[in-house]
Amino acid sequence: MNLTLKVWRQANADAKGKMETYQMSEVSPDMSFLEMMDVLNEELIEKGIDPVAFDHDCREGICGMCSMFINGEAHGPDRLITTCQLHMRKFKDGDTITIEPFRAKAFPVIKDLTVDRSSFDRIQQAGGFVSVNTSGNTQDANAIPIDKHDADKAFDAATCIGCGACVATCKNASAMLFVSAKVSQYALLPQGKVEATDRVLNMVNQMDEEGFGNCTNTGACEVECPKGISLENIARMNREYLYASLKG
Amino acid sequence: MALDSKIPKGPLTDKWTQHKSNINLVSPANKRLIDVIVVGTGLAGASASATLAELGYNVKTFCFQDSPRRAHSIAAQGGINAAKNYQGDGDSTYRLFYDTIKGGDYRSREANVHRLAEVSTNIIDQCVAQGVPFARDYGGLLDNRSFGGVLVSRTFYAKGQTGQQLLLGAYSAMNRQIGRGKIKMYNRHEMMDLVLVDGKARGIIARNLVNGKLERHSAHAVVIASGGYGNVFFLSTNAMGSNVSAAWKIHKKGAHFANPCFTQIHPTCIPVSGEHQSKLTLMSESLRNDGRIWVPKKLDDVKAIREGKLKPTEIAEEDRDYYLERRYPAFGNLVPRDVASRAAKERCDEGYGVNKTGEAVYLDFAASIERYGKEQAHVKGLDENDAALVKKLGQDVVRAKYGNLFQMYEKIVDQNPYETPMMIYPAVHYTMGGVWVDYNLMTSIPGCYAIGEANFSDHGANRLGASALMQGLADGYFVLPYTIGDYLAEDIRAGTIDTDLPEFEKAEASVKAQLDAFVNNKGTHTVDYYHKILGKIMWDKCGMSRNIKGLKEAITEIKALREDFYKNVKVPGTTSEFNPELAKAARVADFLELGELFAKDALERNESCGGHFREESQTPEGEALRDDENFTFVSAWEYKGEPSKAKLHKEQLDYEEIEVKTRSYK
Repeated sequence: MNLTLKVWRQANADAKGKMETYQMSEVSPDMSFLEMMDVLNEELIEKGIDPVAFDHDCREGICGMCSMFINGEAHGPDRLITTCQLHMRKFKDGDTITIEPFRAKAFPVIKDLTVDRSSFDRIQQAGGFVSVNTSGNTQDANAIPIDKHDADKAFDAATCIGCGACVATCKNASAMLFVSAKVSQYALLPQGKVEATDRVLNMVNQMDEEGFGNCTNTGACEVECPKGISLENIARMNREYLYASLKG
Repeated sequence: MALDSKIPKGPLTDKWTQHKSNINLVSPANKRLIDVIVVGTGLAGASASATLAELGYNVKTFCFQDSPRRAHSIAAQGGINAAKNYQGDGDSTYRLFYDTIKGGDYRSREANVHRLAEVSTNIIDQCVAQGVPFARDYGGLLDNRSFGGVLVSRTFYAKGQTGQQLLLGAYSAMNRQIGRGKIKMYNRHEMMDLVLVDGKARGIIARNLVNGKLERHSAHAVVIASGGYGNVFFLSTNAMGSNVSAAWKIHKKGAHFANPCFTQIHPTCIPVSGEHQSKLTLMSESLRNDGRIWVPKKLDDVKAIREGKLKPTEIAEEDRDYYLERRYPAFGNLVPRDVASRAAKERCDEGYGVNKTGEAVYLDFAASIERYGKEQAHVKGLDENDAALVKKLGQDVVRAKYGNLFQMYEKIVDQNPYETPMMIYPAVHYTMGGVWVDYNLMTSIPGCYAIGEANFSDHGANRLGASALMQGLADGYFVLPYTIGDYLAEDIRAGTIDTDLPEFEKAEASVKAQLDAFVNNKGTHTVDYYHKILGKIMWDKCGMSRNIKGLKEAITEIKALREDFYKNVKVPGTTSEFNPELAKAARVADFLELGELFAKDALERNESCGGHFREESQTPEGEALRDDENFTFVSAWEYKGEPSKAKLHKEQLDYEEIEVKTRSYK
């Protein structure tokens, strides 16, 4: 396949960025999108041009590090996958592909397609945990049976990979889906109930401080989420938040 | 320096308890005066950071990724072992200990492995208390499944994302301590060197990957939790950034490197599709619970499949060779990984590989889908003879168990594994070898520790499935936090270590010189060019099957490649910016040294054991043949200027509790 790539280039956080155009030839449909980017970078280095900086690590869709906005969609045109699992067979010979970073006020660009998502870490640090010491002297794991239905729902919420596709997709750059996934995981489990009030207040407060926008229920985040995290979680967090505010 | 493994005296079952009672402690007031550096935030690094901080130490933790949650433990799929015996199927601490020693082909330390089996149950309790959502049955209790090389169901899991859930659990424990200010987290920082002061580990030189600045960080102890070195093969199931550098830097500063040739080649990975391939993807071993592995019996069928004229589903049952069930009736598809990998290679070498490259075998779920479907139809009172209904019900069960793995397979290969068998082939997955540590997990450098996959300690020559997660969390949550106190108890008056010391200055200058040399080299070939050649040498000559000729060639070729790399590598950009190519160059430079030591170690070990198969040492049936008389030891290599000059130290392995036998899974 022959492709035209339009790629966002920005030297550093303070520099002004712009789109650059590159031609690619002999792209195999079996390549992953990032393997295609590897080939581009090899070619750029050989020509003496600075390669395109992009985040990636596991390349199997679970670490959450890759983060490209491809043809106007977080992680590109396929569903329920990250950029590293997108394959070139989703494109056609002669296509023009636009590649931009995940954009949000709370995700400043570091270079090219690489952004800083440490705001997500800070939200987790504000309350995304159960305050139990790692002594190993807790009670037996089977001491509290947990309804399978709840356990499965908690698991589904816990599969969030923290990539930020929800934020990049949302017109308000809201992080509600990300935050609600963690709040829901613990809200559904007895272990998390003890601190539920503080958790939701602290995490939402941190989310606001980081400069993420408000949720207006468009549901775009759910569509683009590579792990299919459900909007139900946002509804659950809103209930948790309301309850915590009244109680607080 | 003589190797002292510091294994406590006394009966095996009492060693750890006794040791914990006897070692030195640091008082809570003094812990506040002590700094510990942890490099890496996988299961081992994150759990160690959290626990050390909880105990009261000042912890500084480093990861090269943009967040500690990205560490590659996140990608572990199948599960974590623990001797809970919730299934009542005869499991016990002793049996987990025994299976691990046997699975490791009698090349690991009894005392370490027994301790691992002892603390395994605490891990599950701990993780559940933290809110890790393990799979549960309808009664609300924890579910288990079985893994290779064992006859009990002791594996706890969270669908095919167990590593993710455990890592996020450890990450949450870390976050709590970061929030409290007890851990200072350095994202996008890479450890470039270890700093020794008066022979003790006293800090590191780190590079801020965002702006390229070199930073000096001091501490009273340094913990390396940087994972394994499978990426020396270029293609592996490791993450793209996984590297040996932290472990290799401490090796060059005096830490012995143990059993570098002990590599796990995992039997069930998605086969290579082409030249552009950047990494390989694992399909969890848990799939072997329900998948049957086969190739056609007739070479004509193989040919027709490769030409696209025949579909695997069209091959009759009697024309299929379920070669694992045929060769190993007792364990069948659940033989250990090394055995399964070699058996796949044997069939493919004989010409039975089922894809274009001839390097793939089938992993087939049709039988399980039918079995589960009938079971469900029976439970629901539906027609068990309705084939379409049974298939649908069966697929639903398989989807609930392995849905994410099947989806991943379909996205990569573009085939639907619910309808047609998966194609799989072995790939490099895990390294049992690593930094040599004593019973306290301290390396041969005082104050420098290695935990998790980065050390060599518990898996011998082959790791059993679902034991990597167990070891990472055992080391980090429950072992290191105790043993490190024994060393630090003598350091309570040391005060803060000054980073202006000449040792820091010197280490920083040498790092700077290496990085400057890379960007000023203006060579002709990219870093990946060299990494790919190295990977090919390693796979062809140090892979699933090794011989004297190939290993000698590998040593010569890697040395020549390394020299060419320093002369001709081209690294774009500068040292003072976000420059992923520069980071990669520094990592590949270390792989080019490790690779040579790897081959040297494989050459030295003239026996077959676990994942290390020497063609010169096999039975007439082609099974691995150990040489216990001459090789019941750990190879610990001391750095002497370059890999070819490394000096071998042998730690003899004494088996007091277990009778050393030929491993049989027949």
